[in-house]
Amino acid sequence: MALLQFTEKGIFCERANVYIDPWKPVDYAIITHAHADHSRWGNKFYLSHHLSKPIIQHRLGSDIHIESMEYLEKRTIHGVSFSFYPAGHIIGSAQVRVEYKGEVWVASGDYKLEDDGFASPFEPIKCNTFITECTFGLPVFQWQNQKEVFDDINKWWKKNQEEDKVTILTGYSLGKAQRLIQGIDPSIGKIFTHGAIEKTNEIIRNMGVKLNQTTYVNSEISKSAYRGALIIAPPSALGTSWQKKFQPFEVGNASGWMKLRGPRRRRSLDRGFVLSDHADWDGLNAAIKATACEKVIVTHGYTNIFSKWLNDQGIETQIEATAFEAEGIENTDKNNAE
Amino acid sequence: MKDFVQLFTQLDQTTKTLKKVAALVDYFNKANDKDKLWTIAILSHRRPKRSVRTSLLRAWAASAANVPPWLFEESYHIVGDLAETMALMHPNLESKHDKSLSEWIEFIIDLKNLEDEHPTESEDVLATKKEKVRWAWNQLDETERFIFNKLMTGSWRVGVSQKLMTRALARHSGIDENTLSHRLMGNWRAETSSYHQLIIATDPADKISQPYPFYLAYGLEIKIEELGKPNEWLAERKWDGIRGQLIIRENQLFLWSRGEELVTDKFPEFEILTEVLPNGTVIDGEIIAYQDNQPLGFNVLQSRIGRKNVSKSILDKAPVIMIAYDLLELNGKDIRESSLQYRRQELVRLVDNAASEKLLISELVEFKEWKDLLKERADSRKYHAEGLMLKNKSGTYKVGRKKGDWWKWKIDPLTIDAVLLYAMRGHGRRANLYTDYTFAVWKGKELVPFAKAYSGLTDKEINEVDAFVKRNTIDRFGPVRSVKPDLVFEIAFEGIARSSRHKSGVALRFPRMFRWRKDKPAKEANTLEDLEKLLNLYG
Ligand SMILES: [Zn+2]
Ligand SMILES: [Zn+2]
Repeated sequence: MALLQFTEKGIFCERANVYIDPWKPVDYAIITHAHADHSRWGNKFYLSHHLSKPIIQHRLGSDIHIESMEYLEKRTIHGVSFSFYPAGHIIGSAQVRVEYKGEVWVASGDYKLEDDGFASPFEPIKCNTFITECTFGLPVFQWQNQKEVFDDINKWWKKNQEEDKVTILTGYSLGKAQRLIQGIDPSIGKIFTHGAIEKTNEIIRNMGVKLNQTTYVNSEISKSAYRGALIIAPPSALGTSWQKKFQPFEVGNASGWMKLRGPRRRRSLDRGFVLSDHADWDGLNAAIKATACEKVIVTHGYTNIFSKWLNDQGIETQIEATAFEAEGIENTDKNNAE
Repeated sequence: MKDFVQLFTQLDQTTKTLKKVAALVDYFNKANDKDKLWTIAILSHRRPKRSVRTSLLRAWAASAANVPPWLFEESYHIVGDLAETMALMHPNLESKHDKSLSEWIEFIIDLKNLEDEHPTESEDVLATKKEKVRWAWNQLDETERFIFNKLMTGSWRVGVSQKLMTRALARHSGIDENTLSHRLMGNWRAETSSYHQLIIATDPADKISQPYPFYLAYGLEIKIEELGKPNEWLAERKWDGIRGQLIIRENQLFLWSRGEELVTDKFPEFEILTEVLPNGTVIDGEIIAYQDNQPLGFNVLQSRIGRKNVSKSILDKAPVIMIAYDLLELNGKDIRESSLQYRRQELVRLVDNAASEKLLISELVEFKEWKDLLKERADSRKYHAEGLMLKNKSGTYKVGRKKGDWWKWKIDPLTIDAVLLYAMRGHGRRANLYTDYTFAVWKGKELVPFAKAYSGLTDKEINEVDAFVKRNTIDRFGPVRSVKPDLVFEIAFEGIARSSRHKSGVALRFPRMFRWRKDKPAKEANTLEDLEKLLNLYG
């Protein structure tokens, strides 16, 4: 019996009767991170990292039965030990290390290798089998380091400010938005947030995590206060009447998909910034190498292509279908993974 | 190349016309004449000749990126643009050169020139080319690499029309916009011209082939009665062929298509007109297939387009004539500012005197009241015409697409309800989305593909269909997926003809998606029989 199996409900450890990121309701769910496609509704019991817990509770209701633990703590169930390792994807995101009698599997959820200064940085784990996403599993996806991207964003904001315009920058509400708030130079001007993002910020600040100051956009603020300021909004706010009231503005989006000219031009954006919370091509390959694993299982993204590449490299790889959001170029709207 | 990169980035980053023009003016003010000329050339689709086959470039790009060819191809399918794929995949480097745009283009032209010293593509030449291209990639940063690759590989839509470029150039040079657009037409090449010669110098002798910009009509948007008095207008058929401009100067004939392509060689039957039309004549007309006093369908003409050599048998099978609409130059004088009434009068005189079976006048459709035209319009398909053209008798001949004096009044398209069968990823702005579709109709229990279409949907609908395709894929063949036959679309088209090249036996003229029939289940889509009925009626 394999330590982890892919069933119609999720990634299943039969020996412990536990699921990781299940997409159908189960009794015991271990959650890698608080994005909606990885922490779903309806499970009887949840186990997550401390920093994911309040966010999951906010999304799924405070009455869910949830416990949390720190990175590198262990919980043993029927002889199988489970622990969290930082995944570097968003705040509280974890890889789940599963060990039974010396055999180690890692379900990595979503991850990125670059330390963004906000999420705990990714740590490679030696294992026998590594379960990985490959959202950006093509060699055309190579990220710049985030300092350069933030330099560009700062420059853009300053220029808009000189032209007395409002700067609207979009990124999904949990993860990207906070990374932007933390990475952009706050001395340039005032940072406002869309309601959906400020909710998340509030939860994060309540956990005692430091986050640059933001002001929630509301009707009591006079229109002129937004001139020269920055507003962080979810992509779903694009093209709505909410957005229109800020005229004159410039709109940008921060996402890994902005690497491609097609998606960049398709959304009527003034600027696209390449900033992703997922690993790029080199990142995926480096992460896999660092595990020294014998086998890789790819779950979502360009699975056919990436698994063929790995097999060609002599790394045994198989594809397993999951309900995690895959070809996500257009669905940045879901307050969710890219 | 820094200035050009900045221009390209600015054009790429905005959808606003004003900003684009401002960026162009700014660039023209800074750039030297050579760079300006090349920029004008690039933006009017005149690139340097291809110096390296794309199959070689692909192979070199894959090896520079350390990936196998299959992975390069898969990535290309997803990115949807070859130059971009090669640029993104290359290890990312800092820019370390100070070459200008025109110097890089000369670099590319020099690659081509390597072949002159060694007549064939010998291994030596290929090895040198490879070394040089790889060297170039290592000098350039990502955006520069993209631009370099675009210059190497061909078709490049920068997202700025020739009209906007001309407007910016007019502002930069102080030369009137219409004058400029005339100067920019024709057969010039940046390799052999100069900025001064092309833009500044007036009427050099080598401009005898120079066409005028076409006047293009918008579709009629108002009720026809609102055009005013019927006697101030004339009506003619909108022929379904290739709009062309016929030029006779210094005993030579030049034929231009609307796409600003010189097509003289493709239609040798017009050569004879040099004997019957005076020098200094420019006629705007429609090239159509025509035999036994009858227009033939567009598909007959289509059989000639795209062929390198016009053989004797093609000339027999698809004979063409020109139907003359308008006269732009008379006795060497530009008469576009005269009234249509005058121009037409002179045109009739010329065509009559020419007495050639290759040049016919576009006959007027007689009408006293607007309602008389309703029936005429409805009869269009009988003439293989697309509808009617309405022109104000006192109007001048304008530049480009303008409202007011000319309107096209097309017939409603034919339509059929069809099932989406295959989807392919689009290119450019639509890269990475499934936007190019193949549609089928029923033949018993089987679906027979009969048309490809990619236009007519809104962006929102495209996203919806894209999501459907990704969720309902049955099979994959490279960039193409077969999908569950569930979605029904009303396909509109302008004409239908029998075709042995298509599995369905029919070829459609300009098929596009007219409406998404969300109300219709797939089994209620039309049948091959329905299609054949249309073929018998209109084919
Ligand atoms: Zn995910
Ligand atoms: Zn995620």
